[in-house]
Amino acid sequence: MRMPEPDPGVIARKAAIVARLREAAPDALVIDAPEEVRAYECDALTAYRCPPLAVVLPASTAEVARVMRACSEEGVKVVPRGAGTSLAGGSLPTEDCVVLGVSRMNRVLEIDTANRFIRVETGRTNLSVTGAVEGLDFFYAPDPSSQLACAIAGNIGMNSGGAHCLKYGVTTNNLLGVTMVLMDGTVVEIGGAHLDAPGLDLLGVICGSEGQLGIVTEATLRILRKPEGARPVLMGFGSNEVAGACVADIIRAGVLPVAIEFMDRPCIRACEDFAHAGYPDVEALLIVEVEGSEAEIAEQLEKILAVAERHAPEVVRESRSAEESALIWKGRKSAFGAMGQIADYICLDGTIPVGELPHVLRRIGELTESYGLAVANVFHAGDGNMHPLILYDANKPGDLEKAEDLGSDILRLCVEVGGCLTGEHGVGVEKRDLMDVQFAREDLEAQLRVKDVFDPRWLLNPAKVFPLPASEGRRAA
Amino acid sequence: MSMTPRDEADVAEAVRAAAARGEPLEIRGGGTRGIGHAVRGTPLALSGLSGITLYEPGALTLVARAGTPLAEVEAALAAEGQRLPFEPWDGRALTGANGAPTLGGMVAVNASGPRRIQAGACRDSLIGVRFVDGTGTIVKNGGRVMKNVTGLDLVKLVAGAHGTLGVLTEVAFKLLPVSHRVATVVLDGLAPEAAGRAMAVAMGAPYDVTGAAHAPAGLGPGPVTLLRLEGFEGAVSHRIAGLTRALAEFGPARVVEGPGDWAALRDMTLFAGRPGAVWRISVKPSDGPALGARLGAAGAEAVVYDWAGGLLTVLADEGLDMRAAMAGISGHATLIRASEEAKARHGVFHPEPAPIAALSAGLRAKFDPKGVLNPGRMVPAPALV
Ligand SMILES: Cc1cc2nc3c(=O)[nH]c(=O)nc-3n(C[C@H](O)[C@H](O)[C@H](O)COP(=O)(O)OP(=O)(O)OC[C@H]3O[C@@H](n4cnc5c(N)ncnc54)[C@H](O)[C@@H]3O)c2cc1C
Ligand SMILES: Cc1cc2nc3c(=O)[nH]c(=O)nc-3n(C[C@H](O)[C@H](O)[C@H](O)COP(=O)(O)OP(=O)(O)OC[C@H]3O[C@@H](n4cnc5c(N)ncnc54)[C@H](O)[C@@H]3O)c2cc1C
Repeated sequence: MRMPEPDPGVIARKAAIVARLREAAPDALVIDAPEEVRAYECDALTAYRCPPLAVVLPASTAEVARVMRACSEEGVKVVPRGAGTSLAGGSLPTEDCVVLGVSRMNRVLEIDTANRFIRVETGRTNLSVTGAVEGLDFFYAPDPSSQLACAIAGNIGMNSGGAHCLKYGVTTNNLLGVTMVLMDGTVVEIGGAHLDAPGLDLLGVICGSEGQLGIVTEATLRILRKPEGARPVLMGFGSNEVAGACVADIIRAGVLPVAIEFMDRPCIRACEDFAHAGYPDVEALLIVEVEGSEAEIAEQLEKILAVAERHAPEVVRESRSAEESALIWKGRKSAFGAMGQIADYICLDGTIPVGELPHVLRRIGELTESYGLAVANVFHAGDGNMHPLILYDANKPGDLEKAEDLGSDILRLCVEVGGCLTGEHGVGVEKRDLMDVQFAREDLEAQLRVKDVFDPRWLLNPAKVFPLPASEGRRAA
Repeated sequence: MSMTPRDEADVAEAVRAAAARGEPLEIRGGGTRGIGHAVRGTPLALSGLSGITLYEPGALTLVARAGTPLAEVEAALAAEGQRLPFEPWDGRALTGANGAPTLGGMVAVNASGPRRIQAGACRDSLIGVRFVDGTGTIVKNGGRVMKNVTGLDLVKLVAGAHGTLGVLTEVAFKLLPVSHRVATVVLDGLAPEAAGRAMAVAMGAPYDVTGAAHAPAGLGPGPVTLLRLEGFEGAVSHRIAGLTRALAEFGPARVVEGPGDWAALRDMTLFAGRPGAVWRISVKPSDGPALGARLGAAGAEAVVYDWAGGLLTVLADEGLDMRAAMAGISGHATLIRASEEAKARHGVFHPEPAPIAALSAGLRAKFDPKGVLNPGRMVPAPALV
């Protein structure tokens, strides 16, 4: 993967720049020792690493604003960072950049159950947002598998989703407002506890903008009352195709489960070995979860099981206790970790129209075979967001490149059948050079223009999201 | 003179020509309009771009051309037991216009009804758009799948832009199944303040309330507070019982089966045919009743509360500036029905802080450099003020 040449002028001025940052934000942690900035050299896409010039960890919005103004005046690029769990290289530094991390800004600013919102600093982790309101019987709905570690900052950056977004939507549908610092240090307040924008919906374009438009320091998030109960059911099928068809039929039947998760045999095996969740030994597994009172759960499950029966499931198993439910989800949420025990892997994230599931799974199998690699599939089937995990051996020369090529082919396939390159992980550097597959030059140009308005000098999160040639002229200007 | 392009390429050509001549266009959907400042421009009607292009009930997705009448889409969805989640309103009763609302117009104003508090706004269900920007360039963003974070989200940006960033040519939505049963729990005789608290209790209960509104007058002999429950047969029974219990302190509750007054609330028929300006004000729900009281003191004729108290629809004499009552309350007020003179005096859209206004102006300048797309609709041109 190509990255732009670092700016030698900036690197030469490192000492002066660091001194200026310390002066601008006396209470911030400014890290510049080479052995210490290494901790920030990559995110969860560990194949790519680059230590930054320096790292700044401010403690307030005002401090972020002063740091941004200083960087802007010095012409230094800034890479925003939450918890660094991006799987797309979204927070990968460059040699000539300052990493601006919000991890020290993790306070809860306001909890308001009457109006159903919480306001937090964005360094707060996803799970601890729910943690802050759980005692009041509320929760924050978007639940990425990385929720223990990832921050609201990165969730907003990537517009992250989770297993339960079939019913509750993704981050953008649960984000009411932000405080954001622009590259020149201007602080803007957008949205709040009220609904909808008075004018243009800037919040809509900020969410999922991968750190291209500003540093989000505070967020107002929708919280919801916890349902009375929830229960997952496991359904095992003899083939991926049949399981895929069952998903479409459940949706057509007018039931909307909170989650429909899909795993194929290689993934089931790995998760079972790792988490001992009691998964059956089948070709394809669906985890379908419904919510409500006992009676409501029974009513929905009855309809779902009636649909499933038509597809002759090999196994149907309802969870009978909270412990069993937790275990079923533990298995699913540890899928990536479990695969990591077996091999190195690349995690893809394309979305396809639900109806294309059987066809796409078959094609992925064929492609994988032609590359001589192995793939495990785990994904959010209700919304067509796939996560094929391509297994490879990092110690084998050329294997990573081969896996990346297979990944590109699979993502091209997703676009070809009417889907997209990324459903929730974002573009980052990983899918940057594939953007031309999904977008025409004009489509990208429209996106570049939004960036022009928020960050006219293109200093924020350089060389991400857009193919390098598309942004070349702007970055150089 | 007006133009009625037949397809997207025609729209692009029309805009390109307009940009070259520097001649503004007034974009027309169903013409049930009335929102926004008047635009002096050549009408560009989208009625030629009509029809559903893709409907996959098993994937809960629909794609249609922007000029498609909303009624046609709703009928097609109903036939499959599905619907647009956000309950778009029909503005005809309120504005007295007689066109047919279109998908493009609905998206351009981000029209969402009572279910917005549970299912999100129009922009939340919108998953893809195609549009022609002010240079005549065709742009696509999003797509036809439910989860998509590929690149910047222009879908939400153009929703609610009132045509000022581009002429929508095609829009894609995610859908929801219709509910088997609908019932409304009704509380009678509450003052707005108590109604606000009752709605907060309902929204904070685990019964998935899909509508929470309060009409001080007009829907019954006295004030009514309406809480809607939707779902399968048994679920709705269970929730009625639970919700009634949770609301015990607010007095006895009645249950109304079926659609009830929600369409009337959605379309604001209470104010149909009554003279005066109509404002739509969005605030934090718990600020609603207090603001309502202020509006009343400032001379408002009637206030109806939706979105659990967070949306106030206000009928008032055209001379009154209802926005002035909002001092110290965050949110925004839109003047949705008024004479051009009143619009010019009060401004249709809520004033924005300088840095936000600057970003918005910057975006408009990038997407419509010649200022030909509905110029002045959202930010009045100096000549019109
Ligand atoms: C094991 C594992 C499981 C995962 N499961 C899921 C899943 O189920 N669903 C899902 O959606 N994702 C998942 N992810 C991906 C990742 O966790 C998410 O993208 C997450 O939201 C990133 O959050 P972060 O705080 O770690 O962000 P970072 O990695 O630090 O940053 C992510 C992006 O946001 C930008 N950013 C960070 N902070 C700010 C800020 N303050 N202002 C503006 N931009 C900012 C960064 O520049 C970068 O582009 C998973 C990752 C792992 C490792
Ligand atoms: C209770 C109630 C509340 C309302 N609240 C609001 C409100 O808060 N805000 C609001 O704006 N309106 C509001 N309306 C009115 C709304 O404008 C109409 O109800 C309807 O959505 C317009 O549909 P239409 O197809 O007739 O569009 P039109 O009336 O033709 O157009 C509506 C607007 O969208 C633009 N437009 C139309 N088609 C396109 C297209 N294809 N691409 C780009 N732009 C296009 C038009 O130029 C115009 O600015 C409200 C109406 C009611 C009854």
